[in-house]
Amino acid sequence: MSKPNKFLLLALGLVTLFVAPFGQGNYIIYVLCSWLVFSIAAMGLNLTLGYAGQVSLAQAAFMGIGAYVTALITMAGISWFLAMPAAVLSCFVIGLILGYPALRVQHHFLAFVTLAFNTLVFLVLRNEEWLTGGSFGLVPIPRPTIFGLSLNSQFAFYYFALVCFLVAAGVMAWIVHSPWGRGFKALRENPIRANSLGLNTRRMTLLAFAIGSAFGGLAGALVAPLVQFIEPGSFTLIHSLKILLMVIVGGSGFYFGPFLGAALVVLLPEMLRFTDGYYLIIYAAFVLVLLVFSPTGLIGLGEKITTNLRAQRVARNDLKNGAQL
Amino acid sequence: MSDLLQIIVSGLSTGSIYALAAVGFTLLWQASQTINFAQGEFVMLPAFFVLAAMGLGAPLWLAIAIALVASLLLLGVAFKELIVEPMLPHGTLPLVIATIALGLLMKESVKEFYSAQGQSFPHVFPPEVIRIFGAAISIGDLLNLALCFLIILALQMFLQRTRTGRSMQATAQNPQVAEILGVDIKRMVMYTFLINAALATVASLLITPVYLAKFSNGETLGLVAFIAAIVGGFNQIRGALVGGLLIGVVDNLAAVYVSAQYRTAVPLILLIVIIMVRPQGIMGTSEGRTV
Amino acid sequence: MSVATKPAPAAGESILSVRNISKSFGAIKAVQNVSFDVQDGEVLGLIGPNGSGKSTLFNCILGQYPADTGEVLFKGESVAGKPAHSLNKRGISRTFQQLSVFPDMSVLDNIIMAGQEHHGTMWSRLLGPPDAGLTSEAEQLISFFRLEHLRHEKAGSLSYGQQKLVDAAMAFMAGPGLVLLDEPAGGVNLTMLEYLKERLRTYNRDHGTTFVVIEHNMEFVMSLCTRIIVLAEGSVIAEGTPPEIRANQRVIDAYLGG
Repeated sequence: MSKPNKFLLLALGLVTLFVAPFGQGNYIIYVLCSWLVFSIAAMGLNLTLGYAGQVSLAQAAFMGIGAYVTALITMAGISWFLAMPAAVLSCFVIGLILGYPALRVQHHFLAFVTLAFNTLVFLVLRNEEWLTGGSFGLVPIPRPTIFGLSLNSQFAFYYFALVCFLVAAGVMAWIVHSPWGRGFKALRENPIRANSLGLNTRRMTLLAFAIGSAFGGLAGALVAPLVQFIEPGSFTLIHSLKILLMVIVGGSGFYFGPFLGAALVVLLPEMLRFTDGYYLIIYAAFVLVLLVFSPTGLIGLGEKITTNLRAQRVARNDLKNGAQL
Repeated sequence: MSDLLQIIVSGLSTGSIYALAAVGFTLLWQASQTINFAQGEFVMLPAFFVLAAMGLGAPLWLAIAIALVASLLLLGVAFKELIVEPMLPHGTLPLVIATIALGLLMKESVKEFYSAQGQSFPHVFPPEVIRIFGAAISIGDLLNLALCFLIILALQMFLQRTRTGRSMQATAQNPQVAEILGVDIKRMVMYTFLINAALATVASLLITPVYLAKFSNGETLGLVAFIAAIVGGFNQIRGALVGGLLIGVVDNLAAVYVSAQYRTAVPLILLIVIIMVRPQGIMGTSEGRTV
Repeated sequence: MSVATKPAPAAGESILSVRNISKSFGAIKAVQNVSFDVQDGEVLGLIGPNGSGKSTLFNCILGQYPADTGEVLFKGESVAGKPAHSLNKRGISRTFQQLSVFPDMSVLDNIIMAGQEHHGTMWSRLLGPPDAGLTSEAEQLISFFRLEHLRHEKAGSLSYGQQKLVDAAMAFMAGPGLVLLDEPAGGVNLTMLEYLKERLRTYNRDHGTTFVVIEHNMEFVMSLCTRIIVLAEGSVIAEGTPPEIRANQRVIDAYLGG
């Protein structure tokens, strides 16, 4: 896609985001906020999975850690703007600690470790009532105030969440376009070659996981004031799997993939009003079929279709000038 | 003391069932680089086949036979041909994700289309209790243990002493060379999938009476199978056996000596510790592969 | 050229020393007590029939597997146990026989990737410009291999021969002192082969980079290398200039014999 077209599409997207809540009921706005929050979580997992090729099954656990840290701090009267960095930082550090031994060995070990970790986190959240309120959860979680303005209306909160989302998306865009991003991509495409070119593959993989987890923490820091009541059941393994589905369905490794995937997984059931279990079945089946036919997910599929429709570009255009080499 | 014996025997019994699941999991990994994240659901499902068949009027033995055939076809042949084969050329990562999706699909399907409630399941072995050294030991537990050991022993012998078994090992270690030597590697790999399906069915029949047939069994069973396989040393059947037994005993001990709330945490912590301290597992050899 | 150039090689300076390397796999003695020196700035060929132990030796030099005995010194320092990425930072580059590029990244990106870990720090790579300041350097190599018209193509869509050129460019990007070429001639057509040879010679002449070429293709090695070492059944059986090797009876026997 040409540069000016890209720009136009981006501008259009931004405008849509800004006007989306106008004329909508509270519930729809809440769903839109939910989409923003999950986009951030999915973005993080996309870095870990899509760019660095690591399977993390604990993104919901990191959301949970972020949410509880934020809730506990804000419920003690401290500003959200101090709670959020604490949430993000703790998830980053935990990601480093968790990933370090797991990635030392074979890369698929991270999947198992994160699987176990997610369950462990759930157990702690459920059992340590004195801290987390156990199954009763934490409530009411205050919403941040900005320069004295309260965000109690969903409408106002949406814009707050939107700004956070745009900042997060901006940071991710920066990372992905930087040499770090190139390194992550190299890690995914040919880790042996990358290693032989001076890339410290272990360090990069660890970073991708830790940063991805930090994004999960940010999503959690937003979900706490959004729903104002959190309990351990919202951060279980199945939610990690949902976020994983978002990344795969949207197209793992593509920048805009997670937003598309999150939209599908969050918005579609609301609009079509499926019951909880059925749409999971449909998604899982869809992902299976998709993976068998197009391992790069939805955006990859879109790309395949458009390249087939567009005129074929010849890669060997050195032949245009005759046999040069 | 007699209590301890009871706990350990009971733990060994459940552990040997876990070992079946872990062995199947390890075999799949060795033979075709498949990390089957749906292994837990593979163990959950056959029990529902039995219940469904019985619901249609079949006696227990027939229902079991039907479940076995269904598992071999679905969890063996269909799994390999429809999911694993097409995906393997794309690398292990998409396949891992596909098995995660498959597990989710299986679990939610059972929940929606059968029941979300736990169903009671007939005991295959009599639950009577006998007394040994003053401890109340269930005959069922002893038979479980014996059966699982027998199966794993038979499997080992099959893989090491028979021509087909050795061909399967060759395929697992070096498919190109095996092919040159005349081994039908596709068939060998299929056998592995069939064996896994069979192991999962047996495990299902033995463990479901204890757990009750519930759609969510796969979560625990799968986790336990992974942990057993890894703790035992991912690369060996012996390791999976040791791992399974260990997890079974540890889990049982934890149920008694650790708070009920954190009982399930113990195997998880064991997993994390093993990965940190001895990633090749208790019986594994250092694979030396990073990246 | 702003690509790192080394000072003119001093005669007799050994950039790589292989000392008494042996490696066995069970009962198979792949490499037996091999020793040789690589002079700074030369183009050394390492040839031998199948099963001579070339690949094993190659992997021992790169630390892919630890040798049973002996040591390998690069610029006087041992390379034992060093991970691949730190070897690269010290000045050893290599090319690969297969799957050597990043298929979904553009040619330009591939080459920038090859150089980025050698410039700046981890933080400058995050906070600095997206190309790590390497576009002009990469462009120079792209011109050197006449790949300008392909610079934005995905590396995976290139022909095999073109990918080999990109592979070489990537190996050069880090401005290494030593480049190990792993069967560079494999599967490449004659025209491309001549071109590759000519480019390697030119690069060696202009930059003084040392090449060690592990190859099957006798012709390629004979016409490119200044000195040749011949391996057979894990041991060195001959060492000398191309004419000397061509006339060496032991070499002829090794290739023609059983």
